[in-house]
Formats: sequence, C-alpha cells, structure tokens
Amino acid sequence: MNKELLEYTLRLGDNALILGQRLAEWCGHGPILEQDIALSNIALDHLGQARMLLNYAAEQQGEGFTEDKVAFFRDVFEYHNILLLELENGDWGKTICRQFLFDTFNYFLYTDLLQSKDETIKSIAQKAIKEISYHAQWSAEWLIRLGDGTEESHTRVQNSLNELWEWSGEMFTPDAIDEAMLEAGIGADLNSIKERWHAKVDQILAMAKLEKPAEQWMQSGGKQGDHTEYLGFVLAEMQHIPRMHPEANW
Amino acid sequence: MTKEMNLEDRFQDYVDGENKVEPKHWMPEKYRKTLIRQISQHAHSEVVGMLPEANWITRAPSLRRKIALLAKVQDEAGHGLYLYSAAETLGADRQDLVADLLSGKAKYSSIFNYPTPTWADMGAIGWLVDGAAIANQVMLCRTSYGPYARAMVRICKEESFHQRQGYEITMTLAKGTPAQKKLAQDALNRWWWPSIMMFGPSDDNSPNSAQSMKWKIKRKSNDELRQEFIDKTVPQAEYLGLTIPDPDLKWNEETGHYNYGEINWEEFYNVIKGNGKCNKQRLEARNKAHDEGAWVREAANAYAEKQADRKKNETHAA
Repeated sequence: MNKELLEYTLRLGDNALILGQRLAEWCGHGPILEQDIALSNIALDHLGQARMLLNYAAEQQGEGFTEDKVAFFRDVFEYHNILLLELENGDWGKTICRQFLFDTFNYFLYTDLLQSKDETIKSIAQKAIKEISYHAQWSAEWLIRLGDGTEESHTRVQNSLNELWEWSGEMFTPDAIDEAMLEAGIGADLNSIKERWHAKVDQILAMAKLEKPAEQWMQSGGKQGDHTEYLGFVLAEMQHIPRMHPEANW
Repeated sequence: MTKEMNLEDRFQDYVDGENKVEPKHWMPEKYRKTLIRQISQHAHSEVVGMLPEANWITRAPSLRRKIALLAKVQDEAGHGLYLYSAAETLGADRQDLVADLLSGKAKYSSIFNYPTPTWADMGAIGWLVDGAAIANQVMLCRTSYGPYARAMVRICKEESFHQRQGYEITMTLAKGTPAQKKLAQDALNRWWWPSIMMFGPSDDNSPNSAQSMKWKIKRKSNDELRQEFIDKTVPQAEYLGLTIPDPDLKWNEETGHYNYGEINWEEFYNVIKGNGKCNKQRLEARNKAHDEGAWVREAANAYAEKQADRKKNETHAA
C-alpha cells in the first residue's frame, strides 16, 4: 500500500464529502426554490465524487474496507479535508463565497488531475471536471450578482469574503505528501494553481465590485488531520446511525 | 344568464367527451378556483414535504442512501415548481400562492405535520406516503385540466421511483438486525393510519367531491382510492414480515377487498387544525427560508435590472 497515495486520495475524497454534507444542509431551506434545486445538484455532484474517491481509498486499504467504512468509521484526526469546507454555512452569501473560493481552486486542481499518472484518479477527474466547471461558473455568477446587487448584498458578501479569506491559503500550501504526489506525476502543482487561482479571483472580484482582502495569516492543518471544532459535530451527525449499529447493512 | 348557462352546459359536454380543458378555453369560475386551490395545495405539499425528509439527509446511514435521499427531496422541489407553473396557467400568481402558504391561510397535506424521528421513517414515507400519493396522482394523470394532467404524468414517474426506493429501505431494515426490524415495524405503526387518512374524509363527508367528479377533476372517490391503496399495500407488508397496526384488517372473500378498522377522524381534523407535532415547525421553517432569503432575491432582481439597463445603454450607444 502506498501511504502517500492513500492520504492524497482521502484528501480529495474528504473535501468532496464534507462539502457535500455541508451543502446538503441547505436542502429545503434555500432562498428561492430554483436555487434550492441548484445547490442540491452541486451537493449531489460532490457526494458522487466522494463515493468514487472513498471507494478508491477503500480498495487501496484492501479487504474489509468499503466506501462506507471509510466515511463513517474514521474520527476527526483521520479526516483530511481542508478547513474551509468544514466551517458552518452561514447565510447564502457566505455559502456562495466559500463555494467561489473552493470551486475556483477545485477547477484548476481537477484540470491538472486530468493528466494524473494514476489511472483511477485520472478517470475520476475526467468525470468530475464537467461538474466542477459548472460549479465554478455558478458560484462566480452568484458572487457577481451579490457583489453588484444591492447595498445590503454587497456588504454581506464583502464581510463573508473577509471572514473566509484566512481559510483560503491552505489550498495552496504544499506539504510532503503534495510534493511526493507531484513528483510521482499523480498530483497537481499547487504553486502553479495558486497563480492561476489569484488571476481568476482578481478578475471575478473586479466584476463583482468586491475588494480582495489584504495579505494575512493563513490557517492550515486540515489536510494533515488537525481540524477546527466544527468537524466533530459534522461527523457526529453524519456517523451516528452506522456507529450505533456497526453490524448492520443499510 | 342563459348564455352563461349555455356555456356551462357546453363545458360539461366537452368534459364528458373526455376532452382536455386548456388555459385559454372558457371555464366556469368555480372550476378555475377549485383547480387553483387544489393545484397550489399540491404544490405547497411538495415544498413542505421536503422538510421531514431533508431532516435526514445529513444523517443517512450510507453514502448511497444519502445521495438517493437528497436526489429525492430535490425531485420534490421540482414537483413544486411544475405545480406552481400549472397553477399560473389558471391566472394565479406564484408569489401570492406562496404568501398564502406562509401566512397559514393555504393548506398543504397534513401528513407532513407528523415527525420523522428515525431513519426508518424514510422508508415508511417512501413506501406508504408516496404510495398513497401515487394512488391519487395516477388518477390525476387523467384529470380534465390539461396542464395539471401533463404535470402529473411526469410527477408520477418520479414518485413511483421514490416509492420503490422507500419500500427497498424498509425491506433492508425488515430483513436486517433485530434492532433494524424493530425500527421498521415502529415506523409502520406510526405511518399506517396517517397514510390512509391522506385520501381525505369518507365520501359522505367530503363536500367538494361530487362537483369535482362531475367536472372530471377527480375520477375516483376518496374511499375507492383508499381501498385500492390498502389492497395493494397489505401483501407488501406481509412479504416484509411486518404487521399492519389494524386488528380489524381482514380479507373479505365476498367483496374481494380487505376490510379495515375505524379511522380516527378526530386525529385527522386535529392535525389539520394545527395540532400535529410539527405544524408549527414546518411553517416556521418555510417562513425562515423565505425571510432569510429576501435579501438574496432583492439582490438578484437589482442585478438583473442593472444588467438590463447596461444592455439598453450599449444598444443606444451603438
């Protein structure tokens, strides 16, 4: 078993799962029925990607592992998603902001993963890239609409952007695993993604009439399993039924 | 007066000839009003009906179940949209209809005022509640108002899928561990009577039914539909090894139908009146989403207007 590949797979899968789980909280509570449907679609895409990736993580671990065992029987410190995605949804503006920061990153990441030397990751990226391109377009359009909408929407979304900014740096901070995966031709080059991300973000923020927050301290740790207080609650809610009946099938 | 009566007679002949009424056709005012009320109640039921199930998306016990449930609840939002559109073909305005829901003036199906305390409720709702809804909706695929009938054809396809999904959840529990089987039986105990009440009061206590039947909005009586549902569902429960909570339930050789026990209509009218466990929470949740979404809708409108102005200016400049 290649430990680096496994952790890299879990990082991708956990990002998709935790974001899908958070977005699913919106279902039935969106501001407009049409957008409730749109956000549920995006949640479904992420959960679908999570299944493929966690299934791959299970395969790598061998007999006795399944996608559900990987999703429901790991504790906080064994989760490898970035911190941004476990934060609470907040209002529609904050959710849109988080989507925009992450979708833009995810678009460049999966574009690069289309060239991955790992056949499974490559084929997952081929399927996911269409969905992710749509997510990036959707959240950019909403950010522009809110930034250039009313005074209230502008203020709300600018505040959310300021609040979320410190959680955005983790996406581009490579560690030993990112470097090993890059070297093996499996993973993506985060430094190159960082440049492309900033260029895209600058362009959309200008259209949205929003100000880019100043350079600041960036939070990190999620990828390595060092999480905020929020993730424990996400997992408690998500995992409690299978953990109460560990021998059951659903 | 004579001309009006003449039109009504002609309308009745048209409907009796199994023709579909379309938005631009002449129709009696009461036909229009009945349909707006019925279709909008149906739309509200889809939207409020999202809540008891959305409640379980984040807690679904497997990734496959989580995705299927989210997709199902999303389908219900879609049904709400088609139905609001069908109501709009009759001259109603979606915003007014929603305002009536939020103020508590409009009704929605009372079944959604029951709580979903366990995962097994996702199985019971799909199997029983969607099952009862389908019995009614299959009939509505042949309703006399064209846009409603067409919306129903599409909705029925998705609802049958939901029902199979619910039955499959219940089956997995019923064939699972003793604790899972207990969850399934408990959910059946709680959902059986409310499900058979979904068809509404008995025919002799259903004031609007006769006129709706005459106009072919409705094609079967409440009691006929209820009997069909019971006849279909009893063998399904037997197959699962679950017990329907009605000691009077018994096959009747003579009629070729199941006899069933007395329905507690007092409970039915109580829940309609607002005394169900979740009436307040459901309406609060809808109001909260609406109120907290107000600034988003305003922003979207303001942005759309700005864009339209910009486009106009560009055209002028050119």
